Amino acid sequence: MTQSTFVLAAYAVMFVATAGLLAWAFATMRTAEAAADAIKRPE
Amino acid sequence: MHRLANPARFIRFAQPATRWALVFGALLTSVGIFGGLFITPPDYLQGETVRILYIHVPAAWLGMAGWGGIAAASFSQIVWRHPLSAIAGRATAPAGATFAAACLVTGSIWGRPTWGTWWQWDGRLTSMLILFFLYLGYIALAAAEKERGGEGRMAAIFGLAGAINLPVIHYSVLWWRTLHQGQSIGLNGSSIDPSLLWPLPLTTLGFSLLFTAAILMRMRAELAEQRVEARLRRAAT
Repeated sequence: MTQSTFVLAAYAVMFVATAGLLAWAFATMRTAEAAADAIKRPE
Repeated sequence: MHRLANPARFIRFAQPATRWALVFGALLTSVGIFGGLFITPPDYLQGETVRILYIHVPAAWLGMAGWGGIAAASFSQIVWRHPLSAIAGRATAPAGATFAAACLVTGSIWGRPTWGTWWQWDGRLTSMLILFFLYLGYIALAAAEKERGGEGRMAAIFGLAGAINLPVIHYSVLWWRTLHQGQSIGLNGSSIDPSLLWPLPLTTLGFSLLFTAAILMRMRAELAEQRVEARLRRAAT
């Protein structure tokens, strides 16, 4: 394996970790806020 | 900070803050990574692998800063019983755990071509691994307390006690001079050449903003869940 392979692997790990964290936080926020809005609306 | 302890005021602040943290975080991180991958020269000793520095250092900083945030939120919860403290602690833990894990994995990937090994029970590596396990413990404890309807005081005590590991991580390279190199950046400057150093503040600030955005989004999610639970409880009575 060349040095660049290690560099690419490290950047891929960081990208997946950061993007995964943000996507999960965004999805849970949207779901929870949509549920709160739906329950707040008058029937 | 005390003013933001009001949930309604916090939501008004968090909505635009999340957006700006995401935009500027993505921008700074992209510029820093581009500079680190394509503009800076390879190091004369480490060669191309020095480029891992631009993601490994922010990951290490955020792994530690995350627990610093948990400790501050825990202190605030125990002393002032702020309504947002437990939520802030629970929201910070997954982000901190993610970056602590990213620090361990990127460090290991850097270690293989540089040290000739993926892992070594060195003081810095071991104390960082302990921090990751502390995060897992905090997440489990806080979730269990939340499920039981508790205030999260046990998690707060755990958050404060776990902060003892932060100076251990910081000074580990001085106390146990084993494999991990000593401090390269301190209050008196840096031993890294400026031609290699400049993308590092960009990625550090960029990832810090993305980390902040993740915490704000998790806090908003927890507050929305609390509103739903309160409404359902009122409807049931």
